[in-house]
Amino acid sequence: MVLQINSGDTAWLLTSAALVLLMTPGLAFFYGGMVRSKGVLNMMMMSFISIGTVGVSWAVVGYSEAFGNSVHGVIGNPFQFAFLDSLVSGDPSVGTVPALAFAAFQGCFAIIAVALLSGAIAERVSFRAWIWLSVLWLVLVYAPLAHWVFASDGLTAASGGWIVNRLHAVDLAGGTAIEVACGAAGLALAIVLGPRVGFGSTPMRPHNMTLVMLGAGLLWFGWFGFNSGSALASGTWAALIWVNTLLSPCAAMLAWLVLEKRRDGHPTSLGAASGIVAGLVAITPSGGSVSPLGALLIGALAGAVCAWAVSWKYVLGFDDSLDLVGVHLVGGVIGTLGVGLLADPRTASKVAGLFYGGGVHQLWRQLVAVLAVGAFSFGMTWLIATALSRTVGLRVPMQAEVSGVDLAEHSEVGYDLTPVQHSTYRRVRHTLLLDPAQLPASSPQETRT
Amino acid sequence: MKLVTAIVQPEKLEDVQRALVGHGVSGITITEVSGYGRQRGHVEVYRGAEFTIDFIFKVKIEVLVDDSACDALVGVIADSCRTGTVGDGKIWVVDVDSVVRVRTGERDHAAI
Repeated sequence: MVLQINSGDTAWLLTSAALVLLMTPGLAFFYGGMVRSKGVLNMMMMSFISIGTVGVSWAVVGYSEAFGNSVHGVIGNPFQFAFLDSLVSGDPSVGTVPALAFAAFQGCFAIIAVALLSGAIAERVSFRAWIWLSVLWLVLVYAPLAHWVFASDGLTAASGGWIVNRLHAVDLAGGTAIEVACGAAGLALAIVLGPRVGFGSTPMRPHNMTLVMLGAGLLWFGWFGFNSGSALASGTWAALIWVNTLLSPCAAMLAWLVLEKRRDGHPTSLGAASGIVAGLVAITPSGGSVSPLGALLIGALAGAVCAWAVSWKYVLGFDDSLDLVGVHLVGGVIGTLGVGLLADPRTASKVAGLFYGGGVHQLWRQLVAVLAVGAFSFGMTWLIATALSRTVGLRVPMQAEVSGVDLAEHSEVGYDLTPVQHSTYRRVRHTLLLDPAQLPASSPQETRT
Repeated sequence: MKLVTAIVQPEKLEDVQRALVGHGVSGITITEVSGYGRQRGHVEVYRGAEFTIDFIFKVKIEVLVDDSACDALVGVIADSCRTGTVGDGKIWVVDVDSVVRVRTGERDHAAI
């Protein structure tokens, strides 16, 4: 399909793509601050390495799987756009933007989707297993789901995925394909991997709340591209989505803090940051089809329910370390079903929810989409995780986990706050300032401690 | 000679220092320490999960003093760091055998 390329739309989509890419380093800060200091680098590295592994995989097969010509609505032809080679010339377009801009935007989606997963398995997974997992999850889970949800017929290829074209469920920017999928996958991973040593019996305090707040801010900033860029055009619809992406987290943060104040006695900074993310998650599927009032309602509901849902893991006993289930699965379900309730037919998606005279038809479609995506993601992730645990192994050795995954997997520590200086003697780094001339050849101080 | 050691609330350090300077004390050593006494730490809440944190931050102050001035000094520290709430800390005194001022080599009484 070749239409006139619109420069405004193209500029907005390329800008949005960069905003979405910023979400992944933002997520690294958000997650990194929430783990203990001995695992902060590994936590951040799981996000950063996803940019590499997923970025490469996306160019090789991911984009084709998601947006190639459909095989029965389930998956795109995985060889159609290999290395994005056929998009280089000036002709291919998606709507009013170059196909390459669309591939860039969707590639950044894939990166953040995979990086999100790391939250369920903090502080105990081997880095090698994570690299395998990030590639396999993209190829076997995310890319097919993106095909189901994002590949409209005729958008990038003649035929697309079943959820968007046959079921007609509404999912603007991945409330199902990213949020529900990650939440369900996180649950599967947490169960297969098992809890951290000492989970439930020893306190696992977030080590740096200021990083968490910084990460939440960066995520929100990037999320404007994530949602509003999904309009694939810069106009009234993008503006509506932008406003909804502002309002839903506002209401969600307030709702989370009110609930927390009443339940625990204090409004916390982690509650504020988590409330923002819960509101962003919930408006992801719904931002293009609800009014600003609807966005406020969805946000408030997501904030309150997610604040309650994050305590489930302690009751059920799975170590979903950074609450993929409590925030992303629950928030994603609320937002996706919210379309069925609150979709306003005046918006460009032209869908009416239950409260806008549309009956239960749309709610039903949304529910089927949630169940299909959740079940597929949970099952496939379970299989991948089980296969990995029997081959390359998923966890680091227990001793490495206890002493800190940063040192074991990366040979680094996140913070050097000691005033004790270092020196190097015979290539061994010491924690004391030694003058080699002053040491006897076989001094006991020479041995590494 | 005595070594006076005081564990105080971190926010009272400035008051203690001011009182000691006013009392004519010429030098003190402080260390950031963690611990608990009868109050047994405090509670923190993260995403609804409560953690009891046993070891909480305190400041340890050490002052060398002549035997005759010791009791008065302990009183000055206690008065300046008291808030009247749990967690105000403790002060104890131990005997010191000898003291050397590194720069001059002066010993004991002259080195304080």
